[in-house]
Amino acid sequence: MGAYETQGFKLDNSGKRIVVDPVTRIEGHMRVEVNLDTNNVIRNAVSTGTMWRGLEVILKGRDPRDAWAFTERICGVCTGTHALTSVRAVEDALGILIPENANSIRNIMQLTLQVHDHLVHFYHLHALDWVDVVSALSADPKKTSELAQSISSWPLSSPGYFRDIQNRLKKFVESGQLGPFMNGYWGNPAYKLPPEANLMAVTHYLEALDFQKEIVKIHTIYGGKNPHPNWLVGGVPCAINVHETGAVGAINMERLNLISHIIDRTIEFIDQVYIPDLLAIASFYKDWTYGGGLASKSVMSYGDIPDKANDYSAANLMMPRGAIINGDLSKVHEVDLRDPSQIQEFVDHSWFKYAGANDAAGKGLHPWDGETVAHYELGKNAKGTSTNIEQIDEGGKYSWIKAPRWKGHAMEVGPLARYIIGYVQNNPEFKEPVDRVLKKLDLPLPALFSTLGRTAARGLEASWAVHKMRYFQDKLVANIKAGDASTANIEKWDPSTWPKEAKGVGFTEAPRGALGHWIKIKEGRIDNYQCVVPTTWNGSPRDSKGQIGAFEASLMNTPMAKADQPLEILRTLHSFDPCLACSTHVMAPDGQEMTRVRVR
Amino acid sequence: MVETFYEVMRRQGITRRSFLKYCSLTAASLGLGPAFVPKIAHAMETKPRTPVLWLHGLECTCCSESFIRSGHPLAKDAVLSMISLDYDDTIMTAAGHQAEAILEEVMTKYKGNYILAVEGNPPLNQEGMSCIIGGKPFLEQLKHVAKDCKAIISWGSCASWGCVQAAKPNPTQATPVHKVIHDKPIIKVPGCPPIAEVMTGVITYMLTFDRLPELDRQGRPKMFYGQRIHDKCYRRPHFDAGQFAEAWDDEGSRKGYCLYKMGCKGPTTYNACSTVRWNGGVSFPIQSGHGCIGCSEDGFWDKGSFYDRVTDIQQFGVEANADQIGGATLGVVGAAVAAHAAVSAIKQSRSKQSDVNDKQG
Repeated sequence: MGAYETQGFKLDNSGKRIVVDPVTRIEGHMRVEVNLDTNNVIRNAVSTGTMWRGLEVILKGRDPRDAWAFTERICGVCTGTHALTSVRAVEDALGILIPENANSIRNIMQLTLQVHDHLVHFYHLHALDWVDVVSALSADPKKTSELAQSISSWPLSSPGYFRDIQNRLKKFVESGQLGPFMNGYWGNPAYKLPPEANLMAVTHYLEALDFQKEIVKIHTIYGGKNPHPNWLVGGVPCAINVHETGAVGAINMERLNLISHIIDRTIEFIDQVYIPDLLAIASFYKDWTYGGGLASKSVMSYGDIPDKANDYSAANLMMPRGAIINGDLSKVHEVDLRDPSQIQEFVDHSWFKYAGANDAAGKGLHPWDGETVAHYELGKNAKGTSTNIEQIDEGGKYSWIKAPRWKGHAMEVGPLARYIIGYVQNNPEFKEPVDRVLKKLDLPLPALFSTLGRTAARGLEASWAVHKMRYFQDKLVANIKAGDASTANIEKWDPSTWPKEAKGVGFTEAPRGALGHWIKIKEGRIDNYQCVVPTTWNGSPRDSKGQIGAFEASLMNTPMAKADQPLEILRTLHSFDPCLACSTHVMAPDGQEMTRVRVR
Repeated sequence: MVETFYEVMRRQGITRRSFLKYCSLTAASLGLGPAFVPKIAHAMETKPRTPVLWLHGLECTCCSESFIRSGHPLAKDAVLSMISLDYDDTIMTAAGHQAEAILEEVMTKYKGNYILAVEGNPPLNQEGMSCIIGGKPFLEQLKHVAKDCKAIISWGSCASWGCVQAAKPNPTQATPVHKVIHDKPIIKVPGCPPIAEVMTGVITYMLTFDRLPELDRQGRPKMFYGQRIHDKCYRRPHFDAGQFAEAWDDEGSRKGYCLYKMGCKGPTTYNACSTVRWNGGVSFPIQSGHGCIGCSEDGFWDKGSFYDRVTDIQQFGVEANADQIGGATLGVVGAAVAAHAAVSAIKQSRSKQSDVNDKQG
């Protein structure tokens, strides 16, 4: 494409090309290529979704009540959020209303996922972009203790505690078997933390690994297991019985107490470990202001966490809803998932094609009418062969991700989008924490539009979510106390009660952003099923107008300390928490020719 | 910190005495005299951690997520002290060239001595390019790394059977590991995902006893997959007594009755959910009110709705396993169970009737 301008970015692919494949510490598979100018500044970015599984066609013809289990397997990291979106889509199509208790339990499960996912992302997928493990070896445990105690009342903070962890780390490194830390970018000048902050963060990396398994026990109690708990069209599968014989086989007082205990412990961990660590790390990276991308231009959120059951209007949703375009923060636009002209998907640069009359350049389809036929081919300027790609040609088709657009705009979704929208709507639950953090770090509002802003919003959201878990657990108990133990509505369980044809849409705010499932049901079976997921928005390739997606935009104009170490690229991509299995689940209808590799 | 094999064994509660006995048995089985026992013990005491190369194909990462939920051993201890997890896209620091270089280094240095763990599976359609690693089909990476491994662990139902992306019509031709790798021992650890402690249990078994677990005819470790969920289900007495949940949130559901009529696949599913349970033993699907969907069974996505009743249930003792059960009697047994359920339905309607009478009285 040479050099051109889009969305306020000047793209130029003439400089030195850098390829990162595989991008690691993400869910699924992804490749990124960038062009550097002579100062090692990124002037062009190309992100490629490198996997594709095809769940939508697999769903065709199946029982809509089973769809949650299939779609849940789109992703085991954001486990449950696709299942929730799916049961909402089916309930929307069939006009099924769920009991209040089911709404509270679903919200608790969805919030549990938010908290768990954000915590694991920060420590285990993202932290090593900011934290130098090797530097931690030279930290003074006493000073580390002083640092930890100056920012938090978390009790595990003695000099001896940090010394023990450091010794364990030293022995590990001396063994020469570095495991997951092998070939890291240790010592890269883009790492800015002093040794003591590194030791504190590495220590909490290990603590968070131990603790995260406790949070998900809430899924296990309400849904039987984690990952991949069980859900139900019409409510939740777990029955409540707190008073009578057989209570031990249902949600009873002991189960409610266990959940309450886990919520309390999680509040402590998030507010005393995650948030203080986040602020401490951020304070050393205040000058690293890159990675904003589309955040200051176009962001979107569908909203989620209905306070009362069955009301999905913006007023009843506790997470913000709306869209901001062209950087105009004065107006939040209403988003309508049913309007065929608003959300559309394009495949000009994706490894798909549309059939018949729809196979035209710049043709977008609304998900209810969505179609996807696999069409793997490289652009004419690609280097290598079709099964040994050396360099992608972004002028041609180059990703297994489609390009969704809202009224023609590429959008960023996720925690930062939610916080920006909540902020400009003057929602105090979102605005006040942002103002507090900016004040503490002595940063202006535009600092929010950055890699660091994205990472900070995720942390704030984890704290917001865990406190909302407490709210819904209390609400659940109050409702049971008021005499309502109902968890499922079975009036329309039997397919014979369904209309001949129906269509619906379900949405959630997944940890990574706005998620929608569109379903058409015909004679009791799934006729069409389409998912547009957060990483499809963020990881979108170019469209026919050359507009870039959020990943690509975020990498633009970032200087790299060392061209052969993609630390800054990983840092910014990770700030989105990419989930490639989600974005590339889409599938072809029957009939396309497929080339098969031979297995020897 | 390089914990040796001996230290790991000690941590697993194995005494010095048992350890030396183990060494002398090893010496004897290798045809070596008692003089070699101290040498074997020394080797075991100083042996480096076994490298594990954990590859990801078409998958959802639920197996990795499950693995880090392990409470005993903690995932942290498994990764820092028991194995050397040298390659795993999901958690490794390095990316791109630096990541690919690790594979080559470990494969050369530990030729024949590393474990290949596979999560997900390779697609064969689209020239194999519906799963691309380093610009090439995942299948290539899988075959390349399998070449010099000691053994393969197929994590989860994707690697073991194909799982959701292989459900009909399997658009990418997603293919389980044993159908593309034929010359290595493969341990299947199915489930979507497998239970965390089963995953770490399989790995630590191999390290502790220095042998592969005994497998059933389908390639699953007998110790965890030898019995059906139904055999050890705590709701089994309700099945035997004909007490069933008949609808979501009905009285039977609230009393924790058997979920057979709600479509529970426990009677046909081999897994440890009803014994080990999930997430530190907190619960398992049936305990939380939803029937088993059979996620550790081959092709479970294509066996009808999760809410259809199973009719091929086998009334064998708890010691029966997949190897011993033939197909011949299935129809008869299925009919018997259906009759059993019907009788219970009559019983229930009678008791409901008597409730009504009581109230009227």
